[in-house]
Amino acid sequence: MRCAVAVLALALGACAAEPPKREQVAREWMVVLPGPDGKAGSIVVSRAGQEQVLDRPFASARVQTDGTLKPVPTTRDAVHATFATTLEAMPPKPTSFQLYFLEGKDEFTAESKREIERILDELKRRPAPDIVVIGHSDTVGGDTVNDRLSLQRAERVKEILSKILNLPAERVQSAGRGKRELLVPTADNISEPKNRRVEISVR
Amino acid sequence: MAVALLVSGTTVALANEVGQIKVVKGGVAVEREGTRTPVTVVMKVRLADTLVTGADGSVGITFTDNSLMSAGPNSVLALNKYRFDSTTHAGEFDATLRKGTLGVISGKMVKQSPDAMKIRTPASIMGVRGTEFVIQVDEAL
Repeated sequence: MRCAVAVLALALGACAAEPPKREQVAREWMVVLPGPDGKAGSIVVSRAGQEQVLDRPFASARVQTDGTLKPVPTTRDAVHATFATTLEAMPPKPTSFQLYFLEGKDEFTAESKREIERILDELKRRPAPDIVVIGHSDTVGGDTVNDRLSLQRAERVKEILSKILNLPAERVQSAGRGKRELLVPTADNISEPKNRRVEISVR
Repeated sequence: MAVALLVSGTTVALANEVGQIKVVKGGVAVEREGTRTPVTVVMKVRLADTLVTGADGSVGITFTDNSLMSAGPNSVLALNKYRFDSTTHAGEFDATLRKGTLGVISGKMVKQSPDAMKIRTPASIMGVRGTEFVIQVDEAL
């Protein structure tokens, strides 16, 4: 039975090819990897009418030289053996950090003052970082005041980052969003420490 | 102030600048408009660029939607299509690995729309529903 299936597969391969010679393609191998949480996403591999859905960690498929697409088992070690150099060149994942401020001021809270050291250490490890700094305020006061305050907060952080990381100005962009993007939704004129913040995004 | 304005003027990304080189090891070049130039860290990646790594080369790229890619030695990676709307996160990403090895971590556009990203190889097409995967394409026969 297995033989019959193999013969059939060969016959199909031959039919799909140009009539005079058998189709030959370069071998291909694709593997889905687990993310940081251990779960995998999925990819759908299509090859001349064949399809494989790879949706588990280390789910893998190969295209053989005869053009057939087959699921194949693999292991973390086998992936490492082939792809270690490739994955070592993967840039660090984009991430973001929050720093919090005292009410009505562009001064950090005591906790954020300590936190900034850790953030700087993290940013120093990243090659050629692109940083966006967005300042926010809580809802105490009008738009004009809060637009200015949120921009001051962002500029304050931008200054520290570009100085300590020794980055050219164009690699750190800043903007103030006033009270338009509350982390904790509140009514107007509410003092909310979590809304007095700067978000640092790095790619 | 004048300096700040000038600088911010230069940071307005060209529409065809789609990403940035973050990691370069060994020999890596970009083929652009018929010429081949060595690649350096911080260099912008443009639409229709083809990245080529040597026997000792590897390269890491970030894209504007936070997609990440890395190619290992002896690889050829062509960026066919790319667009990303940073407001809606809608977009389209189409790249071809002609040979070699490629690592991919999909970004915001795939999260927004699972059909946004396609990776092609000489024999296959991969629809990317997310998130991390690797591909190897042997030398052409």
